Amino acid sequence: MTREDRIHEELRELAAKQVALGEVRGVPAADPVNVPMIRHWLAAMGDANPVYLDQGLAPPAMAQVWTMQGLRTGARGRSPVDDMMTALDAGGYTGVVATNCEQTYHRYVRVGERLTAATRFTDLAGPKRTALGVGYFATWNITWYVEDDEPVAEMLFRVLKFRPAERPAERPAEPSPEPSRREPYPLRPATNQDTAFFWEGTKRGELRIQSCADCGELRHPPGPLCPRCRSADRTHTLATGTGTLYSYVVHHHPPVPGREAPFVVGVVELPEGVRIVGNVVDCPIEEVTIGMPLRVTYRSMDDRLVLPMWTPGEA
Amino acid sequence: MTRKETGELAQARAAVAGIGATEFSKKSGRSELRLAAEAVLAALDDAGLSPGDVDGMVTYSQDTNQEIAVARETGVGDLTFFSRVEYGGGAACATVAHAAMAVATGMARTVVCYRAFNERSGRRFGRPNAGLTGEPTSQGLEMSWHVPYGLMTPAAWVAMFARRYMHVHGATSEDFGRVAVAMRRHAATNPAAWFHGRPITLAEHQASRWIVEPLHLLDCCQESDGAVALVVTSAERARDLRRSPAVITAAAQGAGAGQMMMTSYYRDDMTGLPEMSVVGGRLWEMSGLSPRDIRTAILYDHFTPFVLAQLEELGFCGRGEAPDFVKDGGIELDGHLPVNPHGGQLGEAYIHGMNGIAEAVRQIRGTAANQLTGVANVLVTAGTGVPTSGLILSAG
Repeated sequence: MTREDRIHEELRELAAKQVALGEVRGVPAADPVNVPMIRHWLAAMGDANPVYLDQGLAPPAMAQVWTMQGLRTGARGRSPVDDMMTALDAGGYTGVVATNCEQTYHRYVRVGERLTAATRFTDLAGPKRTALGVGYFATWNITWYVEDDEPVAEMLFRVLKFRPAERPAERPAEPSPEPSRREPYPLRPATNQDTAFFWEGTKRGELRIQSCADCGELRHPPGPLCPRCRSADRTHTLATGTGTLYSYVVHHHPPVPGREAPFVVGVVELPEGVRIVGNVVDCPIEEVTIGMPLRVTYRSMDDRLVLPMWTPGEA
Repeated sequence: MTRKETGELAQARAAVAGIGATEFSKKSGRSELRLAAEAVLAALDDAGLSPGDVDGMVTYSQDTNQEIAVARETGVGDLTFFSRVEYGGGAACATVAHAAMAVATGMARTVVCYRAFNERSGRRFGRPNAGLTGEPTSQGLEMSWHVPYGLMTPAAWVAMFARRYMHVHGATSEDFGRVAVAMRRHAATNPAAWFHGRPITLAEHQASRWIVEPLHLLDCCQESDGAVALVVTSAERARDLRRSPAVITAAAQGAGAGQMMMTSYYRDDMTGLPEMSVVGGRLWEMSGLSPRDIRTAILYDHFTPFVLAQLEELGFCGRGEAPDFVKDGGIELDGHLPVNPHGGQLGEAYIHGMNGIAEAVRQIRGTAANQLTGVANVLVTAGTGVPTSGLILSAG
């Protein structure tokens, strides 16, 4: 059994245990439903409806507010979710992002009522691959009761606990996720001094072709020497961005990481006299033909890589 | 050195004296080193030699079994020559070429060439590998112009040539299919073949699923576990051994101008295999033979379209004529040029071209499953789309 298998097994066992606990009551809220808190909430939300303060009712979406624990309350009122989160953190699933929040309101809560939250852990699903990284979806339900055990509001809450996508080992994993971070595209080009200029160009929306500074010969793919005069003195020129399809394939099997099949890859002949390989996009596959005019477009694959691709152009 | 001298040099000096193989399967259940050792011992036994007679070893640079490891397992002692050949399946015939050079120059007396892998149950070459572009080596950089676009499997690399060939020569998927049908028909009567007893029809080829258009599943070779080994020694000595020798009449390696590893899309033409033309030119020159002297050809068939291109590059037909050449059974056992009587890698097994060399030796000995009559010269080729190699083996 690998370490990963062991972690998975432990998480599964703990989840089953937490589900078996059923609904676990927390301690009653520190304060009853009160006017100052409602006033703050309405101001923060920009809610001008007079009904709440006039009639002494709390906005239903405040349900969580009344039983929210302070920052330094220690072990007071632990719920079955806490152990699950601790175990996920320990297993390396340190990232967290909320994915679902569905609230149901049975009635308005009135000023003076004191709420108690009860938590029922319902499900742990995973490991699953997501754009943020591999992780588990944890789901639980919270029901808010008033003193006589009458439920007034319920909530289904789901989070994704994930292993943040690869980053340099010296940087600690960040506890909070950055939703804007994209999963690295798995098919990265290797680059060196001879080829970096091309990839820097695509990031700026430029299709750069190596050009000999001595004799002007163009070449693609690029390399250290001019294929005609062997000069190492290089520069580059910008392609016009048009081309014609010289050959192409439609990839079906096997699955390619980072790609959804079927997809088209073509050899494109540029009017500058060189060929380049790229994907043909924004075109029904049955309409792709050798000789079709194409125009370059740029697709950002992740935070660092932009690939030139080709769309149907005008003849 | 004159042409005559190069021919005499090769002809006079070396021969394949033994062949050995494991079974070909989808799951050997054994280590690659064990497969290598089994094939080497079988080849030595076939030749009537013992491990102590071996002083040279050659394999592919892609083989995971080092020469010294195979030598340790099989009881081979001192080695005075060992060599690896690059470029995937393009190494197949070149292992024999290097062995023949070693024998001809006196570097070694008895050289074993081998290829062993669990290509189906272990690392499958057809599976996309994002690591192809991992390092900025010359090959990593070459791959970097293709892999980021998802162009990263051998089938896809070949399909790009195939589409252009269809466009320029008016060839169809059925033309490729006729190669697949012929190879499986040959395999159907070869007990060592995966497709033994299982011929296919052109309709089945057409109905098989797309892998990478324009290639169907049945345009693609087997994925196999197994090993093949060959014993090369002097022709003179081989004549005194257990089996009649397959004399190495000609051996050549070839790379073309502007060559890349599988993605030579930047040369003037994309319908041919210039590197195979380099090999063919050398084979004809060295042997003094011409295509009509070849009784059967073992053409590397990892994918059907390149069988057509090879027929053209080697001069068995003109440019763009291969589709007509294979129509009406031209490459079948009773055709103008029987190709791969064992069923090739499409029908027998994919042992990276090494099993084809063994078939050439059997045809010369007269011991093949689908034995042809009057076999004097057999031409064998290695991997296509990559820098490659070839042999002409002859009776004598």
